[in-house]
Amino acid sequence: MERVGTTIAWFALIVVIAFLLLPIVVVIPVSFTEATVFRFPPQGFSLQWYEKVRNVEALLSSLWLSTQIAALSTVISLLLGTLCAIALVRGRVPGGTAIATFMTAPLMLPGLVLGIAMLQALREVGLRDAWWSLLLAHVVITMPFVMRTVLSSLSLFDFSMVDAARTLGCSYPLALWRVLVPNILPGFISGALFAFVASFDNYPVSIFLVDVRTKTLPIQLLNYLEISPDPTLAAVSTLLIGLTILVLIVCDRLVGVRRMAAI
Amino acid sequence: MSVSAAAPPASSLSAARAALPQLPRRLDPLALLALPALLFMAVVFLMPLLLLLWASVRAEGGFSLAGYVRVLGDSYYIGVIGNSLRLGLVTAFGALLLGYPAAFALARARGYAQAILFALVFLPLTVSIIVKSFGWGIVLRRDGILNWLLINLGLIERPLRMLFTEESLYAGMINVFLPFMVLPIYSVVRMLDPRLSEAAATLGASPLFRFLRITLPLSLPGVVAGLSIVFSLAVAAYVTPSLLMGDRYMTMSMVMAKAFLNLRDWQLGSAMAAVLLALAVAVVVGAGLLQRRLARHGQ
Repeated sequence: MERVGTTIAWFALIVVIAFLLLPIVVVIPVSFTEATVFRFPPQGFSLQWYEKVRNVEALLSSLWLSTQIAALSTVISLLLGTLCAIALVRGRVPGGTAIATFMTAPLMLPGLVLGIAMLQALREVGLRDAWWSLLLAHVVITMPFVMRTVLSSLSLFDFSMVDAARTLGCSYPLALWRVLVPNILPGFISGALFAFVASFDNYPVSIFLVDVRTKTLPIQLLNYLEISPDPTLAAVSTLLIGLTILVLIVCDRLVGVRRMAAI
Repeated sequence: MSVSAAAPPASSLSAARAALPQLPRRLDPLALLALPALLFMAVVFLMPLLLLLWASVRAEGGFSLAGYVRVLGDSYYIGVIGNSLRLGLVTAFGALLLGYPAAFALARARGYAQAILFALVFLPLTVSIIVKSFGWGIVLRRDGILNWLLINLGLIERPLRMLFTEESLYAGMINVFLPFMVLPIYSVVRMLDPRLSEAAATLGASPLFRFLRITLPLSLPGVVAGLSIVFSLAVAAYVTPSLLMGDRYMTMSMVMAKAFLNLRDWQLGSAMAAVLLALAVAVVVGAGLLQRRLARHGQ
């Protein structure tokens, strides 16, 4: 009986992992096919679809746009979020827990509702520029990721270590730089990477804010899928999967994947 | 909002503090660091949500519930809400069925094996949802991998139509949201004390009894967390249903997107969005209350 339960659990885990990886793994062979359709098994081997990625102007410009928006919104979130986290951890802020909940709330709300709300509000104030709209909205999207990790690493940090460094002759700024910064840097970087990925992948908020010439990568990809479904998409997807694995490895080296995934 | 404008002598100040301990003290200057972020979120996040709620009750002549009447009084839109709820429930409980035992195995694994297994469950979470939905399409196509496999195994003779069926939608949704079920259950189960179950075994409890009376109740907080996360994500999902089913299975998110992007019917879209928002908030708050009760019960 005990054995049966353990066997079921292990079997379920193997099924779960195979099931989870299936749709991710299949796009890789398809991206190297010679055929113009997604047929399985893929025929021959060619890099033509990667070549094509380089030549599709629309994909390249949305890749650049998504990178810009993700990087800038992450930096702004880090700046605002860190100041706020310092205030919450070190200062006496009335309603501190409520503020922390509020700052992470966008993560718990339906993305589409957020997008619609922002579309209406931006129309109301007369901001019609897609680039600026996307940037503002993506700061809201990235803020919860930054807040969560920065708050938790700041509250885990023992501030008496800064005092200890000062007793040993460090100036206050030097103490912060030598003691505080190295301690909270991993949390910082993993929060930033997650924020970047969340912005880079976002579809439901962005869809309401883009215009014909300003489209982020996920929206351009879905568009492309509707207009000309060919293995170019598999090539782009393979590149994106490679990028996420790289991000994950970097995060793991810095903080350990398990600490990062705490929900 | 500084309370003490003119600084009184220190002795009388401390006397006043002792006499009136409930008076708010001077605002901490460090607290001001929270202001830029708070202001930003108030203007760019909170204000639009309030405007959305306002737009859902606004009409030509002023206040009107016409949008809600259209959404909640029309059998078509009730059907759409039902579709979303069904999708959320099937996805959440499907993921629970698969994810619950898997989380136990993940928690029991040790050392290097566990790190690898964990990374394999976690990786799909970071892969773009568009890539996953696209890959799921490749799996289920008429000339896709599943049909190819089934034909080569001799189980079927002609390729089956699998894409654009309700079953494939459920499978795709469970695929996308399953890690959100496994991870919270895993983090609760990992903390369970194995000695509890061993103690019960020493006292003669059967394995089934031990599971039902000890392990299962103690793992419930993780189950509640997983169910509420997966349900609220699935009920609001947009990309996966529209890629795997399109207009054949209309959900609240798809009606909203259509109302804003194609029909320019803001009243309908806002009212639908408000209903979805209420649903999401109710699930989050309800799950929080339930978890607090479970925690108190467990002590």
